[in-house]
Amino acid sequence: MIRVVLPAHLRTLARVDGEVKVAVEGPVTLRAVLDALEASYPMLRGTIRDHVTRERRPFLRFFACEEDLSHESPDTPLPDAVVAGTQPLLVVGAMAGG
Amino acid sequence: MSRVRVLVGTRKGAFVLTSDGKRDRWDVSGPHFGGWEIYHLKGSPADPDRLYASQSSGWFGQVIQRSNDGGKTWESKDNKFTYDGPTGTHLWYDGTPHPWGFARVWHLEPSPSDPDTAYAGVEDAALFRTTDGGQSWQELPGLRTHKSASLWQPGAGGMCLHTILLDPSRAGRMFVAISAAGAFRSDDAGTTWRPVNKGLQSEGIPDPTAEVGHCVHRLAMHRSRPEVLFMQKHWDVMRSDDAGESWREVSGNLPSDFGFPIDVHAHEPETIYVVPIKSDSEHYPPEGKLRVYRSRSGGDEWEPLTKGLPQSHCYVNVLRDAMSVDTLDPCGVYFGTSGGQVYASADAGNSWAPIVRDLPAVVSVEAQTLP
Repeated sequence: MIRVVLPAHLRTLARVDGEVKVAVEGPVTLRAVLDALEASYPMLRGTIRDHVTRERRPFLRFFACEEDLSHESPDTPLPDAVVAGTQPLLVVGAMAGG
Repeated sequence: MSRVRVLVGTRKGAFVLTSDGKRDRWDVSGPHFGGWEIYHLKGSPADPDRLYASQSSGWFGQVIQRSNDGGKTWESKDNKFTYDGPTGTHLWYDGTPHPWGFARVWHLEPSPSDPDTAYAGVEDAALFRTTDGGQSWQELPGLRTHKSASLWQPGAGGMCLHTILLDPSRAGRMFVAISAAGAFRSDDAGTTWRPVNKGLQSEGIPDPTAEVGHCVHRLAMHRSRPEVLFMQKHWDVMRSDDAGESWREVSGNLPSDFGFPIDVHAHEPETIYVVPIKSDSEHYPPEGKLRVYRSRSGGDEWEPLTKGLPQSHCYVNVLRDAMSVDTLDPCGVYFGTSGGQVYASADAGNSWAPIVRDLPAVVSVEAQTLP
């Protein structure tokens, strides 16, 4: 299972506490994890990626294993530790006030 | 005894205020969706416990929420607002072409007869409709593809479709208003549209009497007389007696004819309310006195309503969707401010009292009269 940490507001929207775990078949890429996440939690569709372009929303970032994966291709395999479930994929809201 | 529910959208969540028909003691619930901008929430006239809410955030985009129990519980619904067909461009602030792009839902207008049908006015300006209770939204593209659309331009808040009026007596007739394009009317349930801006004069555009380009802030009608429309424009309070075919100014003796909301008394079609604001760059009441102005003659002659409202050092704004009336007798009038106050009058505006004083900045106020 792939562990995903969501920002607080998306945890509330998805009605979950703490980490989310999703099953991914095939190569574990950012696209595959987000597809699985949205399949399990349809209310998250459009909140992380644009509905049409599937691009990351501008004020969100993807971190894992102390690396910023936000600008990687969505088809790049995620780090081994994420695949193994020892580290989570972090969906992070940009630090901006308001 | 009838009850009143007031739905309040703020910059950081939604609040539900309820009272009995006396309207002097209120229960406050919220924040719902804390931390999110709630541009608008509104109940279905056909089922008052069916509520729709527009929840949005700069980080996470648009969410639509629906309640079937008057706001006690909510469930998220479809948030996919995809324009139907090529989107083209409108004008940007500097007059250059700018691609159309969805930003948020500004206004939700439930059908008067079907709880599962509602309209959504969005930024960049377009009209969407759901007929399945928010499970899916489809654009009515005839508005956005009107031949004038390439000349529409955003107001300071964005190029938003913020007002939707459904004519209760003539099937298929509806009005919308867009900042800064103007007012539009459809007579075929939203399939085709035409601008209805004759008589408007806006000095901030190259041709002050152009067919489109006017920054209309709000439209209002009384359901017993839907051919009469009232408008708060960027500057000027206007009136049409022929369903928008022509407009005349009725600003009369207002201390400023700039403002955002306008509304009509529930039982007196010639009694209307505005909140004058000093200017387009000074979004606060003239002289620091928060005054609702009431006209009992459908415009031109206005009286200030001040009892219970701050009359010194008040520098709040009242946004276009932040005024509403209930249908009790006497008519209740409500408005919310950028300072987080929601004021209520249970006597048609003669006197006011705050229901709450310290909410986040209020964006929208909708009153429901419940059995």
